[in-house]
Amino acid sequence: MERTAAGVREIEIEVLRYHPERDDEPYFETFRVPFSDDMSVLQGLQFIKDHLDGSLAFRWSCRMAICGSCGLMVDGEPHLSCKTFLRDYHPGKLRIEPLSHLPIERDLIVDQQDFLDKLSEIKPYIVPKDTRSVEDGTFTQTPEELERFKQFSGCINCLLCYAACPQYGLDPRFQGPAILALLHRYNADSRDSARAQRMEIVNAEDGVWGCTLVGYCSEVCPKNVDPAAAVNLNKVNSTIDYFSRFLAPRGAGR
Amino acid sequence: MTRRKPYVRSMDGWWRRNPHFTRYMMREATSIFLALYAGIMLLGLVALADGETAYDTWLRFARHPLSLVLHVIVLAAAVFHSVTWFAVSPKAMPAMRVGGKPMPPGFIIASQYAATAVASIVVVLLAWGP
Amino acid sequence: MRARSNEPIFWALFGAGGTLAAVLLPSIIVVTGVAGPLGWLGPDAMSHARALAFAQSWFGKLFVFGVISLVFWHAFHRIYHSLHDLGVQRGLGVFKVVSYGLAALATLTTAITLLRIG
Repeated sequence: MERTAAGVREIEIEVLRYHPERDDEPYFETFRVPFSDDMSVLQGLQFIKDHLDGSLAFRWSCRMAICGSCGLMVDGEPHLSCKTFLRDYHPGKLRIEPLSHLPIERDLIVDQQDFLDKLSEIKPYIVPKDTRSVEDGTFTQTPEELERFKQFSGCINCLLCYAACPQYGLDPRFQGPAILALLHRYNADSRDSARAQRMEIVNAEDGVWGCTLVGYCSEVCPKNVDPAAAVNLNKVNSTIDYFSRFLAPRGAGR
Repeated sequence: MTRRKPYVRSMDGWWRRNPHFTRYMMREATSIFLALYAGIMLLGLVALADGETAYDTWLRFARHPLSLVLHVIVLAAAVFHSVTWFAVSPKAMPAMRVGGKPMPPGFIIASQYAATAVASIVVVLLAWGP
Repeated sequence: MRARSNEPIFWALFGAGGTLAAVLLPSIIVVTGVAGPLGWLGPDAMSHARALAFAQSWFGKLFVFGVISLVFWHAFHRIYHSLHDLGVQRGLGVFKVVSYGLAALATLTTAITLLRIG
């Protein structure tokens, strides 16, 4: 924190810039931003865009940690910019970069297409056991049945867990934390019947077996989804699935 | 004709850049020390099978100050392995319920330490010579 | 159709070995590496006769085989995956063969030696 001659507090924000039309590589640019104790990193970026450099590109929407748009790296850690506050970093300076392990499109914007492609493969919807008509009424579930998947349904697709996952960074063929957590959310839902198809993704080399339980994904998740748990308890499921083929060869569903 | 030119950042030195990753690599490195110890035990076993002279040679090396230092280092690695193993084990367990409520991870971790304490006492008692 | 991975075999051994190591190794290392050699457990705790008697008992054989082989399977699984963390490309089968091959070799040697002891 520093004060200008007029007594306004300022903080230095170092931002990674990248312009695909003219840059070969990203580079850092530093801005001095006046701030107050209640300002988020997102508000700091908005000040830069509004008053210092209108070309700064970054994603945001709800500014209240539910849309999942504003993920980025603050001093090397994945954060939602709307949920991270400048006051926690002063008097030092802040280093802002786009989410790790994802390709940079422009400035702080990353290419999410790989995640979206993977998402469309896992059947992220309930496949009912029988066809139901409106007359049949709604599904019913006990509180215990709800608890089995509820936590994993909190994912806002912010991709902080992908920025946290070195295995995804080393090999993007790995499904990654959020995809496997979302997959588990449906497998664990008593209304769903597509577990066998989703297990094919789980059981593959790039499924749960790409994970080495670094565990950082669950630490950075802003919604406490705990993807590390979803992935690793599915290692148990996958192992049971693997060996039960030999114990019950007839009708084992392989 | 696209003007996109996505930039892929290098993963070189990734685990040095974040203390969480460094701690993870240290955890993984314990495996080297565990393998080393298992190798020392295997050598002792083979010496045991080869006869008293071979075994006494192995024992002489075991009593050497450098061996003691090595074993203290191996012990540190083994303890770090235990601590980190117990800490993540709740993640690999399917959600268990006790009395209708999910089992708190702290309970799982604590019971593993308790089991370790009991097992350690048993090992020491078994090894206590005449 | 995605190919099913064979990781479950190695992961199950890794998990068993890791749990065994976590619970038992600290005390065993203290016994064989520090307390025993220093004589804290008595002068004959690690004598040839006593060690032989242990290795000849069925419990001793089971214990020694279980500890040595499972720790090897645990360690080499982790070592192999750490190679990937250090930048070695996945899919190079030679590392997998060497890592698990050494674990298998160690397991075999342990078993044969225990049988040799009688």
